[in-house]
Amino acid sequence: MSEMRAPTRTPEFEARLKQRYAAERRFKLAGLGAIAFSVAILVFLLGNMLSNGLGGFQRTVFEVPVDLSRMALSVPATDNEASAVRSLQSQGLPEIVQYAAEEALGSEGASQINSEAWRIVAQEVIADPALLRGSNTYSLPTNEDIASAYAGDGKLHLQPLANELAEQGLLHDAFDPGFMTRSDATDPQLVGIWGALKGSILTMIVTLLLAFPVGVLAALYLEEYAPRNRWTDIIEVSINNLAAVPSIIFGLLGLAVFLTLFPSFRSAPLIGGMTLALMTMPVIVISGRNAIKAVPPSIRDGALAIGASPVQVVFHHVLPLALPGILTGTIIGMARALGETAPLLLIGMRAFVATPPSGFTDNATVLPMQIFLWSDQIDRGFVERTSAAIIVLLIFLLLMNGLAIYLRNKFEKRW
Amino acid sequence: MSSAIPLLLAIGLGLAGWLVARGRAWKFKSEAADGRLASLPVYHAWYAALWIGGPVLLFGVVWNAICGNLIMQHVLASPGAANLPAFGMRRDAILREAQNVASGAADRVLIPEAEPLVEPFRAATLLYDGIGIAVALVLALIGAVWVFLRLKPNFAARTKVERGVLGVLFLASLVAILTTFGIFVTLVFETFRFFGMVSPVDFLFGTHWGPDPMAATTSTDGSRYGAIPLFWGTIFIGAIIAMIVAIPLGLMSAIYLTQYANPTLRKWIKPALEILAGVPTVVYGYFAALTIAPAIREIAVSVGIANASSESALAAGLVMGVMIIPFVSSMADDSIAAVPQAMRDGSLAMGATTNETIRRVLIPAALPGIVAGIMLAVSRAIGETMIVVMAAGYAANLSANPLEAMTTVTVQIVAMLTGEASMDHPATLSAFALGFVLFIITLILNVIALRVVKRFREAYE
Repeated sequence: MSEMRAPTRTPEFEARLKQRYAAERRFKLAGLGAIAFSVAILVFLLGNMLSNGLGGFQRTVFEVPVDLSRMALSVPATDNEASAVRSLQSQGLPEIVQYAAEEALGSEGASQINSEAWRIVAQEVIADPALLRGSNTYSLPTNEDIASAYAGDGKLHLQPLANELAEQGLLHDAFDPGFMTRSDATDPQLVGIWGALKGSILTMIVTLLLAFPVGVLAALYLEEYAPRNRWTDIIEVSINNLAAVPSIIFGLLGLAVFLTLFPSFRSAPLIGGMTLALMTMPVIVISGRNAIKAVPPSIRDGALAIGASPVQVVFHHVLPLALPGILTGTIIGMARALGETAPLLLIGMRAFVATPPSGFTDNATVLPMQIFLWSDQIDRGFVERTSAAIIVLLIFLLLMNGLAIYLRNKFEKRW
Repeated sequence: MSSAIPLLLAIGLGLAGWLVARGRAWKFKSEAADGRLASLPVYHAWYAALWIGGPVLLFGVVWNAICGNLIMQHVLASPGAANLPAFGMRRDAILREAQNVASGAADRVLIPEAEPLVEPFRAATLLYDGIGIAVALVLALIGAVWVFLRLKPNFAARTKVERGVLGVLFLASLVAILTTFGIFVTLVFETFRFFGMVSPVDFLFGTHWGPDPMAATTSTDGSRYGAIPLFWGTIFIGAIIAMIVAIPLGLMSAIYLTQYANPTLRKWIKPALEILAGVPTVVYGYFAALTIAPAIREIAVSVGIANASSESALAAGLVMGVMIIPFVSSMADDSIAAVPQAMRDGSLAMGATTNETIRRVLIPAALPGIVAGIMLAVSRAIGETMIVVMAAGYAANLSANPLEAMTTVTVQIVAMLTGEASMDHPATLSAFALGFVLFIITLILNVIALRVVKRFREAYE
């Protein structure tokens, strides 16, 4: 017996259905394509930064044996490293290092050694004065010319020299732990990001201390106590707007208001933190309100029923329950502030800062700003250093967002 | 005075008041006939802490603000200040030097003129710090007396404390209004100063942008301040190129994630899109300038466009579009999810395929929300700064060729304010006028979009 078919399934119908199904498949494929494209861009972006940036954690070094025993050097008995380094400098350490480099690398090679290379020897000697009594091999940074020649571009006439030294094992790339502990410099072989990182941390502390309490208190007021009237409407509208105002506008505000009030704190973490706090506060208010709204009314009713006052209800019951949600929003807001550059550009945190800031009122720069400043440099070496700084920044942001997601999953309650 | 001193003083005195008042409340309680107080001892304690610590803290803030000026006046009145230069950088440097030595920030004077001022500085700092601390102590004492006269067993301390807490909460919520107000006043004020030098007509309708930060401020050439090329660049990059990338990709991602994807895929893709949204703009800018722009230039040269520039509107716009994808996607996601399930079920029950349901039912129903989301995305794109600063360039070009360098409002704000012009120069002030235009436009876009979203949500609830 042949298959029973509905009388409506005519050949025209079948053809139409086939077409519709084909359209369906095309549509689905387009959707998948859109997602694949976004993910591919993300992978390409991160891969690009990684492949460029891993080289930024290295620098090119000469292996130079330095015999310090022939010289009567002594490390002064002081805790102050800077003055010990100065003392070694005046005892002629730079010349000794230069001489040793000439013996090991020839005069042409030695001319490519970094002028600050002796500081590496000085630091190692200060850490371990026993080195003064013998001959040791030190990894000394090169200057930028031979580093780029070694990488295969830059000045062509240096490339044979670089290849020759590399073949003898005297020249190679080595991991550069100092990148995390030094500050900005004009020579890409000598830069580090600790100064910028510390500036970022100080700025974020100011932002958190200002934006978190104000944001949480404002969220509590608006969600729990505010009467529904015109005033509250204005506050609500202005908070929603502040969350969407371009960040550069906050920079204009910081420039015109904060720098007029405190002209001596130009490019200090204090001013930067205050500006970013204005930007972060609305984010905290909005996420805080959502978290507070999610606490079911039965909690409030129960507390009120056994005689708690409205303030006790909020501070003893609602706030602790809403806190994980508020913290999640705060971390996300702080992550946004950490990556922000534009407002800080306007309030002058773009100075060249060669020493890490020691307080909230010192001159400082922040990590994204350091990336921006280095990206403007023409030197080949800065490209890798910039990507390396980006990797550090992205790791911080990933950690913060990961913490936020963890908090959300661990403490989020479905009532 | 170091700003930490009043803070420590307020906390210390407040804590002392807190402890004493609580002890006193316990005593009241043990002496009371029925062993009960009107408020718990801890509220007595907080009442005392607020009245003692609060005034000290407020005074500390005010004193910190005026103390520096008082010290300066005192020093300038001293005989050592008689032969200071009348004004200028040298005078400031001398004063700063003397102050640093007096406060111990520097160990010796480098400018000889600063030497006679060190002692007056030290004396004045000591004097005014002493006065400040004395006044703070007196305030704390007055607060303490007031508190201890009022605290009785039947005193309703909790009500008072809670009123104070509510006041603090209200003040916190006012910060948002103050910020909005501050932005508005600053921008309006500086914009009016700018319009005093350059006519608004020249600014809004002129087609040549080329401020000269070095020109004399007395007579300003208004024809150099025509902002039309900037507005065009902003719209071309942010609202056209970026949206051509972001709208289809964002919308299709949202549709696929909500309608087709299985939960496992969704679990992995959503965080990936969130990462894309969380990448700092300076990283996108670097990516655009270093990778995308040279690639575009090479492609342009290979198809025979010889004079392609290395900074192009296309590179900035494309990367900005990628940055906006997650934003459009999540807004579209929300709006599609807000459409009632019954509408979708009805359409499927009539025999429509999934994509017919999406295109003919879900999208039209979610359209207001999607349009609002796109408006928010545009407002974010035109306010974006770092990508265009790093990839679009500073040249003001009125052209529809995406391969040319273009500049935007935000780029010129940065350029005008990081240049070497003084704060009163029209070039500097023009940045505030540009900021004002940007603020107004994003404000309008945001307000309309938020209102549409709100009304749209209500329609289906």
